[in-house]
This record gives sequence, C-alpha cells and structure tokens, in this order.
Amino acid sequence: MALIAQQIPRWFHTIKLSSFIKAAQLIKHSVWPGKILLNGVSAQALLPSDNCFLQWGFKTFRTSSSWTSSQSAKSSRQESSSPTQSSLLPSMSEQSEKIPSFHSELPLEELDDLPSVSPLQQISEEEAIQIIAHPPLPPASFTLGDYVDHSETLQKLVHLGVDLSKIEKHPDAANLLLRLDFEKDIKQILLFLKDLGLEDNQLGTFLTKNYAIFSEDLENLKIRVAYLQSKNFSKANITQMVSNAPFLLNFSVERLDNRLGFFQQELELSVKKTRDLVVRLPRLLTGSLEPVKENLKVYRLELGFKRNEIQHMITRIPKMLTANKKKLTETFDYVHNVMSIPHHVIVKFPQVFNTRLFKVKERHLFLTYLGRAQYDPAKPNYISLDKLVSIPDEVFCKEIAKASVKDFEKFLKTL
Amino acid sequence: MGSSGVARLQGLFAVYKPPGLKWLHLRETVELQLLKGLNAGKPRAPEQRVRFLLGPVEGSEEKKLTLTATSVPTLTTHRLMRGPAFTSLKIGVGHRLDVQASGVLVLGVGHGCRLLTYMYHAHLTKDYTVRGLLGKATDDFCEDGRLVEKTIYGHVTREKLDRILAVIQGSHQKALVTYSNLDLKSQEAYEMAVQGTIRPMNKSPMLITGIRCLYFAPPEFLIEVQCMHETQQQLRKLVHEIGLELKTTAVCMQVRRTRDGLFTLDDALLRTQWNLHSIQDAIQTAAPRVAAELERNLRRQEYIADQTAKTQVREREGTHRTQQSHKTDSLNRGPKTKKDQAEKCRRGD
Repeated sequence: MALIAQQIPRWFHTIKLSSFIKAAQLIKHSVWPGKILLNGVSAQALLPSDNCFLQWGFKTFRTSSSWTSSQSAKSSRQESSSPTQSSLLPSMSEQSEKIPSFHSELPLEELDDLPSVSPLQQISEEEAIQIIAHPPLPPASFTLGDYVDHSETLQKLVHLGVDLSKIEKHPDAANLLLRLDFEKDIKQILLFLKDLGLEDNQLGTFLTKNYAIFSEDLENLKIRVAYLQSKNFSKANITQMVSNAPFLLNFSVERLDNRLGFFQQELELSVKKTRDLVVRLPRLLTGSLEPVKENLKVYRLELGFKRNEIQHMITRIPKMLTANKKKLTETFDYVHNVMSIPHHVIVKFPQVFNTRLFKVKERHLFLTYLGRAQYDPAKPNYISLDKLVSIPDEVFCKEIAKASVKDFEKFLKTL
Repeated sequence: MGSSGVARLQGLFAVYKPPGLKWLHLRETVELQLLKGLNAGKPRAPEQRVRFLLGPVEGSEEKKLTLTATSVPTLTTHRLMRGPAFTSLKIGVGHRLDVQASGVLVLGVGHGCRLLTYMYHAHLTKDYTVRGLLGKATDDFCEDGRLVEKTIYGHVTREKLDRILAVIQGSHQKALVTYSNLDLKSQEAYEMAVQGTIRPMNKSPMLITGIRCLYFAPPEFLIEVQCMHETQQQLRKLVHEIGLELKTTAVCMQVRRTRDGLFTLDDALLRTQWNLHSIQDAIQTAAPRVAAELERNLRRQEYIADQTAKTQVREREGTHRTQQSHKTDSLNRGPKTKKDQAEKCRRGD
C-alpha cells in the first residue's frame, strides 16, 4: 500500500487535473482529425512526465471514472503505445508538437462552439489511412501480457530474465512496474546491483523475488552496503549474501544490526565465525527468528547436545538452525535409538540432520541385511555417517556396501 | 517436446510405495516430478504477430503513406509472461495402501484414469506377503501398538499353521462361490470352477482365494495371501486371528503387496525412477497387457450381462404365457432344461 501512496503524489505534480479534463472535453467535441488529437493527447501526457498513466477513452464519463478509480490499489493500468509507434510516424509527432499550444489557447467555454462532425462525412484516402484504430488497451487486467507489447519497461525486464508471470500475481507489484520508467528509475537500481557484483544472468532471478527494491531509495541501499562493509564483510561476501537472500538490502541498518547481534549473542560465537555463518546462510538475517530460537531449545533440551557441540554442528551445517523441528526429532530418534549411534559420533557428522530420513533408513537397513552396519569407530569395518548419507547411490553400493545397484533395488522392493 | 511428452503420458503404471509414506503424498510427489519433466522442454521460438503499420509506399516520389502488413515480434507468449506450460496433471490412484503398508500401487495418468475404473470393475485378485510375530497381542494388531497380551508359542509347529491356513482357505472358497451368485450346477459355472475363475463381480467382504506359509521360524513367520476386496488392516486382523487359532497370539510386522491385478513387483517403479522418462516407458510397456486383460474381462462381463438379460426376457414371456394358459399351469411346473435352471438360480428365485 505504501508503494501506491508514494506513486500518487508523483503524478499529481506532473499531470495536471485541468489539462486532463480539457483533453476529455476536446475528445468529445473533436474536429474530425480526432485521431491526431488522440495521439496528441498521448504525446502530451508523455512529454511533461514519463509516468505512463493515460486516459484512453472516447467518452467523458469513462475517462473521468477511470481517473477516479485509479486511486484504488487495483486500479487501471494504462500504457501509452507511442514509444513504438512514434518512431514509425515522424509526421504525427510534428503535428502533435503543435497540440499543447492548441490546448492552452482554447478556454473551456469556447470548446462548445466547435462544430461537431458527422461520422458519415466523406474523407480523403490519406486521411482514411491515417485513422489508427487499434483495439484499446484494457483499462484493467489480471495479466501483464496485455501491456507487455506496449511498454518498453516490461520488454526490457523480460529480456533481463525477470519472471513476470510470478510478479503479476501481486497486483501492487505489477502496478509499480508498469508505472516505472526504465531510463529513470530501473536503470539506476540495476547499475547499483551490478556494482555490487551481481552477474547479468543473476539479475533476473533476483528481481523476480525482490521486485520491491525498485521502490527503495538508492541512498538507503548505499548506506546499508556501507554498513555491511563497516562490519568487515568483503565485497565478494556481500555479493554472495545479496544473491542468496534477495531481500537483504530491503532491511534497514537498524534491523540488520539487531539480527547480527542476536546471532552473536545466542550462539556465543566469535565475530569471525558469526560472519562466516551469515555469509553461508544469509537467509538467517532475512527470515523469522522464532524457528531459530525453537531449534536451539530443541537441540539443548530435547536432543541433549551440549553448548559447544551445538556450536560445532552449526558452524559446519548452518541449515540446521532453520530445519523443521519434526523432521529433526524423527531423524535423531532413528539415528540415536535404532542405529545406536551416541551423541559424540553424531556431532562429528551433522550432515545426517540435512538428509531425508528415508535415505538414512534404506541405507541402514541394507547394511544391516548385509551385516556391514558397523558405526563404532573403535571396531574394524567402521562406516562413518557422512559416507552413509552424503554420497550418491552408485558410489555407496560399490564402495561401502560392496554390492551392485540392482541388489540394492531388489532389497528396496522387499521393505 | 511438451505436447509429445504429454501424449505419451496416458495410461496405467505401477510404483513401489515404501512404508511410512502416505499414498496421497506419493501421488503429489509423482505429479510434481512429471510436471518438472514436462516443463523442462526446450523453450519455444519467439512468436510474431501481424500488424498493419503505416509506412511510405515503395517506389513513389511523393510522401504517400499506405498500410502494410508486417510481422512484429511479440512478447505476450513468452515463457516468462505466460508461466510454465503445464501446471497440473490428472493422476488417479488405484487400490490404495495405508501408511505402514508397502508394495505395488497402480497409478493412472490422463486417459488412464478411465482405465482405473475398468480395472476396479474387473475385480482382479491381489497378492500380499504378510510377516507375523508370535507371542504378542497389541490393540491395532501392529508391532508398535499398545501391548495387550504376551503368550508362549513353543507349542506352535509348521503343521499346525498349515492346517489352520487350509481351513481358512476352504471357508473362503465357499464364500467365493456364494458371493459370485452362480449356480454350480450349470455347465458354464462348472467350467469356470474348473479353471478357477469364480469370483464375485460386485461388492463383497474380504475374500481370500489362496493362502500358504512361505517361511516359519518361530517367533517369525511369513505367509502369502491372495485376496480381493481387502484392506490392509483386515490382513493384520487375519494375522491376529491366526495367532488365536494357534492358541497363542500374533501381531503383524509387515504387509507388502507383491501383485495388484496384472502389475507385479518387476513393473513397480522405485523412488529414484519417479521421473518423466521412466514413467513414460513403464506406461508403454504395460499398455498391451492392460488392454488384453480388460478385453477379457469385458467379454466376461458382457456374457454375464447377456445371460441376465436373456433370463429377464424369458421371465416376461413366461408370465405372459401363464396368464394366457392358466389351465395348463400344472404342466409348467418348473424349468425344463439345465440352462433354464441356471438362469432361474441366477435370478435368485
């Protein structure tokens, strides 16, 4: 909602109310080259400002109603088609230059004296050709596909790789993108992102997720990057963080500070280790903190790990902080109670918490069937947990289980 | 790629459902994997749209304008504007398996969902291997349920178990014939009984067509059950009842379906094979066998329907004749030929 409120004051200044009403009246009582006037209106709307908001209707009541409805969130999004057409119609633009003076000369009262033209009047061939009767752009739509051929901004975004089919599901975001101009607003932000280090092919996915960055102030973004640099994050680190967590730069400096402080306090890690943790999993900074707090409690109270053990596991696998609690407890239950693996061995291989439970179960049952399920480091034929879970099926069958993949598949069909 | 991919994705195939996975989650996982495969096709060439644009007339000196039809590239059909080509698939599940059971699960895609209905009405039998454990009784007949009773099982021998299973099979054989609504005295029914294809073609309680012990090492034993119209919980209850018959108690450790109609363990796809290509190949392989089986069953159902229609016609004629010649009623004392007798019994007189 804040986005729309910011937008409305902008076009209040640039597109004046009076000129619109004049244009509407003119269209109603137009002299027959109404087509030129129509394009003139569109050109005039473009000339003072590049905010593309256009009246597109031949009747006053429609234009005024669509103007008032524009104040609501799901308002009409109208585009001018002139950017593509004006290059092909040099003669048109010359005539349209004259129109602003035409508008300002005629006061409202004299508009009624203009002679009305009958639609059955004969016109010349050239005039007939010049009537451009494109189907009008829909005043409101649920898809951006209706406007993409008429909007350079949208076309350039598609060429960058932004998935507009996902953005059009959020009407506020789609409205925002339609009203922005590529040259003025979007280009600056893109140049800023490129300065940060994002590659061209990464820009598409970044903008699909975080389209709200266009409504952020460039100054604020620069301040936040400066803050991160002051905390000794290197340039490459910042690039990695921003590409993995697109919403990072939308957070204010205060909020980022609070988050970093929280992780440093809760995990009681050194500054360098916290920095590494955050660089590896930047969504810790952008996501909610409640699951993290709960998971820490689960590790300490329910699963019974000591503080230094938790610290070690988290520095190895940061994803454990945001794992699903139910899956975590189920995996631990199987590994500790069924496979009889004690805590100190699990701490050495925290990857078990990152794998799917069915994988662990299937492989363990296969090894038990073969008689090779030996997880005690002291005894011979020891199989470490990371070899159990972190290698693909073929390698596992060949080297650890010393059986063929077909045998493994036959065994799976007996479970 | 997309359109041909979906064209080859119509029919029935079987997956191996692992224990601990709900059948609904399995169906959703398969759907997601198929959609991923279908949407991964190569992107389409950029489309063009015809626009009538004003331009100067070629070969004329004066500045004359005319409308010419030109192909202009358009972005409305671009993949990033439209979204993925496939967003959902029609996938149906055949005879369901509950969470702890595992085994062959038949799924149908697209037009195959109609075949699922036909397979259901074909009333084919299913094979299960059921693993039991002597000495315990629990409230839900599973090994991890709440313990109710513990007993000794030293007196149980293989012969006793085989005898119990034979009794079970015998009683269910009788029930098969009863529920199939056939009179065994007719010729066709006799032939079907000789071939062993008598089974009910409508709703009935669980019926066991065959049961035998594969492995006996107390306290564990493994039995193979061939049944129809069953649920897995009824099979677990069967294990409990076998325990009671053996004068001990038993719980069920594993229920695993090895055959569902004509899909066996060899046809079932494992989790690593739940992707577009493997499923398409599986559908193509199974298609001729499914068609043959349904053809056979259709003919059998048509025959039965035909017979019931003929008996209805004869009934109507019979009443008409009795109305006309009521004096000779005493002579029309019952069916004359064996065929009439069979139809009379099938009608349920």
